[in-house]
Amino acid sequence: MTIIETPTPAPASLPPGTRGRFGLSDRGFRWTLGAAALVVAALAAWFLVSIVLQARPAFSTLGFSWIFQGTWDPSHGKYGLLPFILGTLEVTAIAVVLAVPIGLGTALALAYLVPARTRAGLSTTVELLAAVPSVVYGLWGLVVLAPVFRDTVEPFLTSVLGWTGLFDGPDQGVGLLLAGVILFVMIMPTMVAISRDVLAVVPNEQLEGAMALGATRWQVLRKVVVPGARTGLLGAFTLATGRALGETVAVALVIGNSPYIAHSIKSPAATIPSLIVNNFGEATGTELAVLFAAGLVLLVIGITVNSVARWLVWSTAGPSAGAAAR
Amino acid sequence: MTVLADLPADPTVERRRAVQEAAASSLRRRKIGSGIALGVCWAFLAIAIVPLVAVVAYVVVKGLPAWNAAFFTQSTVPEGIPGGGVWNAIVGTIVITGIAIAVTVPLGLVVGLFLAESDGRAAASLRFTADVMTGVPSITVGIFGYIAIVRNYGYSGLAGSFAIGFIMLPVIVRAAETAFRGVPTSLNEAALALGARKATIARRVVVPTALPGVITGVLLAVARGLGETAPLLLTIGGNQYLQWNPTKQMASLPTTIYNSSSQPYADQVQLAWGAALLLVVVVLVLSIGSRLLAARLRKERR
Repeated sequence: MTIIETPTPAPASLPPGTRGRFGLSDRGFRWTLGAAALVVAALAAWFLVSIVLQARPAFSTLGFSWIFQGTWDPSHGKYGLLPFILGTLEVTAIAVVLAVPIGLGTALALAYLVPARTRAGLSTTVELLAAVPSVVYGLWGLVVLAPVFRDTVEPFLTSVLGWTGLFDGPDQGVGLLLAGVILFVMIMPTMVAISRDVLAVVPNEQLEGAMALGATRWQVLRKVVVPGARTGLLGAFTLATGRALGETVAVALVIGNSPYIAHSIKSPAATIPSLIVNNFGEATGTELAVLFAAGLVLLVIGITVNSVARWLVWSTAGPSAGAAAR
Repeated sequence: MTVLADLPADPTVERRRAVQEAAASSLRRRKIGSGIALGVCWAFLAIAIVPLVAVVAYVVVKGLPAWNAAFFTQSTVPEGIPGGGVWNAIVGTIVITGIAIAVTVPLGLVVGLFLAESDGRAAASLRFTADVMTGVPSITVGIFGYIAIVRNYGYSGLAGSFAIGFIMLPVIVRAAETAFRGVPTSLNEAALALGARKATIARRVVVPTALPGVITGVLLAVARGLGETAPLLLTIGGNQYLQWNPTKQMASLPTTIYNSSSQPYADQVQLAWGAALLLVVVVLVLSIGSRLLAARLRKERR
């Protein structure tokens, strides 16, 4: 089967001005395209405006101070968002702290160390895993990883790093640490696929030049490849961060959902998305508006992080880098 | 160096030897450092691959036993009652995603054509808008679906299609634009020279030539839409019974996995694994299929 069909020219017998089967003049065609583009633009605007409008009651009745207050108790009119903002940042921080060195090392290995024959297979595997739905990672984290964390990982970390005070409290399995680790696993494919693409655009002449000067393989990677791809790598990390910030279901399943500020890395906590998804069903009135407002806060953070990331990646490797992992 | 050793002492030779030794020891040191650093890279590669493969392995091992006749033919049963299947969720996912595809694919292709044909400021800002839309947290899309549809018409499969479509649309738009841009200008010009209209060129030249690329993009978008959970949790309402009517509340595979996985009953968790396996298989088949298609396209172009 040939996929590329031979283009058929328009029948030459048609007198000028006759409508073809498609019935669209050039002007009509342009209008159709423009109208469709307008639909998308309007949809994006509708999205933004509707969330802003629905979140407004939260700001008009409560002001702005509730965003940074620490108590969440809707039945007593307390809507402190701070525990969830902190939870979101902490979980994301754990994921990113793990993902940056490991992701960079993996991308370097995939781009320059792995033999060419296995490279394609490994890269494809990593990219395919980016397509695994997040709810599946959540299920795995809750059913498989949580008991392992409770019985093995957390006791071990407490005995080794307990003196830091980060690991106080009981070993529960679910909590900040597990959520951060699950997020780390989830953002790895995105991070690796994009990092590999931006690392691969460093010109060969520069690598050869460094080798000719007697640099070892690691020195070439460290002093030529990584600095050359710096901006794009930063973009890849930022994009992965954006993904971690907005993740809902995987985190909601493994974080333990506690509306208090976590006192330890093992504590159950909650994030803005998990707050929204867990309270949406029963919320009415002010609480619902507060949830919309929390969504708006998340949206603003998410759009900012993503815009910066796109700009960074584009400026290194062009608009199509990492397209496979989007 | 052994040759040098036999020569009479000579300050130049001595100095050269000293330099050579220093260089050799520096090289040794750098080589050891390099070896360690590269070893760490390899270790990180393993750390990255192992959990990812473990997830898929667990899903296969735990999910396969759940696949029996009831799994594919019966609907979910109330919590705590053994048995049941996910047929209602399968139907829900097919209907919800199907409607989203039917609306977003034509719209996305036309907008992709618009972006490929225009280079002005309007197109650039729309391109940027589409890229930002791909990065919007999915829970906020759920909120949008709730505000726009559920508040006025109640929970329904259509509200879910709306939210999923919103997530798929920008992916399709950008993939279509990339595919359309890949069509050689000479083909366009040849058609123009024959007096063809732009609409005719689009229909008979641009779209057929770019078709494999477009299909690849659409498959990836569908794979993404199939697994989205958070938007559906806020829009479809859920349904224990079989429901083909998208204006009613519906079940779906991702929300079934989400709701069943936190249940204390082994049967429910088993069902969640089975549903997860089904979802992973479909998503991976779509992703691999799109890749094979893209590879085939590259080969034919060459």
